[in-house]
Amino acid sequence: MKCSFKTYGLLFLYTLKISAFTFGGGYVIVSLMKKQFVDKLGWLNDDEMLDFTAIAQSSPGAVAVNASILVGNKIGGILGAVTAIIGTVLPPFVLLTAISYIYDIFISIKAIQYLFFGMQAGVIAVICDAVCGLFASVWKESRWLALAACAVAFVLVAFLSVNVILIVIAGIIYGILLYRRGDEKHHAA
Amino acid sequence: MKNIMLLDLFLSFLQIGCFSVGGGLAALPLIEEQIVSVHHWLTADEFAKLITISEMTPGPIAVNSASFVGARIAGVSGALVATLGCILPSCLIVSVLAWLYLKYRGLRLVTSALKGLRPVVVGLIGSAAYSMIQSGWFTPAVLSVGGVDIAAVGLSLVSFFVLRKWKCSPIIVIFGSGCVGLILYLLSLCCSGV
Repeated sequence: MKCSFKTYGLLFLYTLKISAFTFGGGYVIVSLMKKQFVDKLGWLNDDEMLDFTAIAQSSPGAVAVNASILVGNKIGGILGAVTAIIGTVLPPFVLLTAISYIYDIFISIKAIQYLFFGMQAGVIAVICDAVCGLFASVWKESRWLALAACAVAFVLVAFLSVNVILIVIAGIIYGILLYRRGDEKHHAA
Repeated sequence: MKNIMLLDLFLSFLQIGCFSVGGGLAALPLIEEQIVSVHHWLTADEFAKLITISEMTPGPIAVNSASFVGARIAGVSGALVATLGCILPSCLIVSVLAWLYLKYRGLRLVTSALKGLRPVVVGLIGSAAYSMIQSGWFTPAVLSVGGVDIAAVGLSLVSFFVLRKWKCSPIIVIFGSGCVGLILYLLSLCCSGV
């Protein structure tokens, strides 16, 4: 993809904005990125975002950083990746460095606890919204095996705390076994 | 002396960046080992406070701890060095994976693997939603009835409705519910003041 200076500027601003509001781990940032880069801008499609999520989740390091590298790289090559990393790391870096000087005072302020309480409730809504959207696209394919894979992965991780890497490896093997024999009629990558 | 300190910070967060797979809370034991047991940069109690702050502030927990610990040990340059160490492995490994993905995703083997993986990833994100609901709704904080925080449940449901119905920006929704939290605080002040 050819990129203008303006695209890099926007990429930086979007990743900065998304990172500044990502409370509660990697999947939240993935939900926000999907909303911004897939639904709103159309810079990526749904499938790419899910692939990036899988790669980000199974690579070492923070999921948010990994995801921003993948998204940035897809949008603007190496320079895009660097732009996205800086945008993603800057908010927590500045904030935590500042807080480290005043942290005793910071966590004892009641108003801040309530602010974060409210934001956490909002974050739950955002991630549920993303899950609904993604699940609808699995549902639309109307393959019961895909639905089963989705449900099994959910149960194994949510209730049995099975290691995520194992689940991803199992998903890859399952995909290869299932789709190898040429029934991929509508997948032009 | 300071240079050795910076090198120590860099190397120890480099390890955290290399070996924390799975993100978020999965990385926690590794971070704790480096910061508390090996280097004694924080006490166990300070580490617990760091976790609370990390959960309340944006950003990945590994980057949060790198900035926080780096700044406490060696000021802003410490924060910078620790954060760089922490994200460097990601930058290298994921860039290679990104390149491989864009190059080979047309291959049949890869498309089938990815196709099988997608519904699984949806399940994974679902489980993250589940665990956030666990900690957000069933940890009484503001207005709890029988172990369920109905203020949190209500706020989440309203936010969810707003998101689905008007498709507005998630950031506005998060910010808005944060403001509702502040209003609840003011109300609680008024109530206790009477």
